[in-house]
Amino acid sequence: MKDLLAISDLSGEEITLILDTAEAMREIGERPIKKVPTLRGKTVVNLFYEASTRTRTSFEIAEKRLSADTLNIAVSTASVVKGETLADTAMNIEAMAPDMIVLRHPSSGACHLLARLCRSRIINAGDGMHEHPTQALLDAFTIRERKGRIEGLKITIVGDLLHSRVLRSNIGLLTKLGANVCACGPRTLIPTGLDRPGVTFSTSVDEAVAGADVIMMLRIQQERMRGAFLPSLREYFNTFGMTAARVARARPDVIIMHPGPMNRGVEIASDVADGPYSVILEQVANGVAVRMAVLYLLAGGAEGSEN
Amino acid sequence: MKSLLKGGHVVDPVNGRNGVFDVLMDGDRIVKVGRDLPVDAGTRVVEISERFVVCPGLVDMHVHLREPGQEHKETIATGAAAAVAGGFTAVACMPNTDPVNDNAGVTEYILKKAAEANLARVYPIGAVSHGQKGEQLADIAELKQAGCVALTDDGRPVATAILMRRALEYASMFNLPVIDHCEEQTLKGDGVAHEGCQASTLGLRGIPGEAESIMAFRDISLAELTGGVVHIAHMSARQTLDAVRYGKARGARVTCEVTPHHFVLTDDMLASPEPYDTNVKMNPPLREAADRNAMLQGLADGSVDVIATDHAPHHYDEKRVEFDQAPFGITGLETAVSLCFDRLVHAGAISIARLIELLSVNPARILGLPGGSLSEGAAADLTILAPDLQVTVSVARMRSKSRNTPFDGWTLRGGIAATIVGGRTVYLNDDVSDLELRT
Repeated sequence: MKDLLAISDLSGEEITLILDTAEAMREIGERPIKKVPTLRGKTVVNLFYEASTRTRTSFEIAEKRLSADTLNIAVSTASVVKGETLADTAMNIEAMAPDMIVLRHPSSGACHLLARLCRSRIINAGDGMHEHPTQALLDAFTIRERKGRIEGLKITIVGDLLHSRVLRSNIGLLTKLGANVCACGPRTLIPTGLDRPGVTFSTSVDEAVAGADVIMMLRIQQERMRGAFLPSLREYFNTFGMTAARVARARPDVIIMHPGPMNRGVEIASDVADGPYSVILEQVANGVAVRMAVLYLLAGGAEGSEN
Repeated sequence: MKSLLKGGHVVDPVNGRNGVFDVLMDGDRIVKVGRDLPVDAGTRVVEISERFVVCPGLVDMHVHLREPGQEHKETIATGAAAAVAGGFTAVACMPNTDPVNDNAGVTEYILKKAAEANLARVYPIGAVSHGQKGEQLADIAELKQAGCVALTDDGRPVATAILMRRALEYASMFNLPVIDHCEEQTLKGDGVAHEGCQASTLGLRGIPGEAESIMAFRDISLAELTGGVVHIAHMSARQTLDAVRYGKARGARVTCEVTPHHFVLTDDMLASPEPYDTNVKMNPPLREAADRNAMLQGLADGSVDVIATDHAPHHYDEKRVEFDQAPFGITGLETAVSLCFDRLVHAGAISIARLIELLSVNPARILGLPGGSLSEGAAADLTILAPDLQVTVSVARMRSKSRNTPFDGWTLRGGIAATIVGGRTVYLNDDVSDLELRT
């Protein structure tokens, strides 16, 4: 595999290999000296066209723990105004011979465009409404760690399904590993045509969370009122917000997840986000290990590394 | 000088001809069509095998030639060259140039450039509204006087019902059809692909078929109200075909066209072979199989009047961007006939005679153009088709200035042998060896 563009390109075996590799990588983060020479001499460019704190930091820490030379490029809207296309920017970076490019971009398919133009390996750090594969991988890693398995679990995803790249990656990944996904949100925010075996859609959050092993919340963006998707954030919270009362309908050992950034009081009540079922910060911690695994495997795994 | 096309398979639906005939031309006119015509001394005789189809020149009533203003995409000269290479003796060009063709000055400029190119006949289509802004009617009498053959704000819909009503009423005084780009803009929103499984999976904003059919229903109702003539452009959704059938059943003066890409391709092309290929981004978008099949059905049962290409050249740089940033549209002039033969005629969906109705007879009739038949006395505009020619589409060989087609590399059965405009051979396909038409 040259690039990591989408979960839909991965087999169940490849997903399991990444998750197993991440187990080993996590151990590196627990050492006093959190660094191995695995990617020494490799250059990784983090090319971000959207603001991101968590994902960019997570990639950068992962790269540094593997001793890669890292470079962050945050493309401001100013240079877009100046008129350089993504293709030209990519080919200029490519001319300096990096080994990998981590791209976040507001347009779906931007990583595919880069992968066509570049010999460097491309890692998708979120492209528009399409996919966010490393997020789904770290979600799966977290679920597997807490539950010991993914197959057969009821995993409920609640929020803005229509605009969510996290949803698309998670549906792909979780169904490949045999989970039953229940995706829940207002009718205006449910995409058409995503039905497939292992996925059900619901507009009743009470039904969706009943008996759930995992509840995953998705961010509701403030501007969704503008497209008439929602009447108000207040009504959204009352109808779909994750409250302690709703969590009580799930299994007693349910875990609550959120890819961040959270809107407290919009999609999730603070007492749930900060409560005993929440694994939200574990997801963040696991993100580093999962991204180390992806970087390591794309660099060629054991054969491509120094030791 | 007289020349005789001898022995080809003549398909001329208007005159009820479908068999081996000779066509005698004198200068720029057709003089006589018949069996075994006698040959005068001095008449040049071109023997044509009956494997070739001789038909009235093809007419593409929906092309974007981009000039004036966007000559980096196409010029009238390159567009006309692409037209004749695709078998079209005439094209009607859309007014969304820069400046917009909403006045006689632009119309005359287009006609001047077309005369200089001296290849296909070029018929300008004027704007419905000033600047295609949808606010105030363009000077329609002036446009008609200058040579426009129809009106449209193509590229944009006429957003308000009242302006469309007035356009239909006003245009009817000049016998000008209004060509309708049907798109309910709020429903389309910032959509870039057909709303369905593929767009949802790829995270592309969707455009439902109803964004098209809602406006088609509106404007067909307005055609009934006003008695005006509306032609539904580049129909893509099965609901729109239902709207046209409804209108025709009620006697509304409505006709419609389908592009080759909408009866050949589906939105599966968004995902493969090349995910997010901007050469499958067009407006209206490629729709799902049920829509594509409805278009095939409509072509076969007579509900569809015209095949038009919506030839929309865009520069390579403009298409080599993120999918949602790319402009809508693909070229079509040089692939249309091969796609029609391969997917319609050879697939058994329609006859060759029906194909000629769709590509020549009906567009000429709707726009009130000369052509569409091989009648004696008519201009000698003919296309010679090679129904069994194996064609491999190659953008490198195209005459168009732009290369934005999803069909590059496709192998298709059926193509063009030669194109004759006003008795002059303006295109001869080098891949067809046994035709001697060079002048």
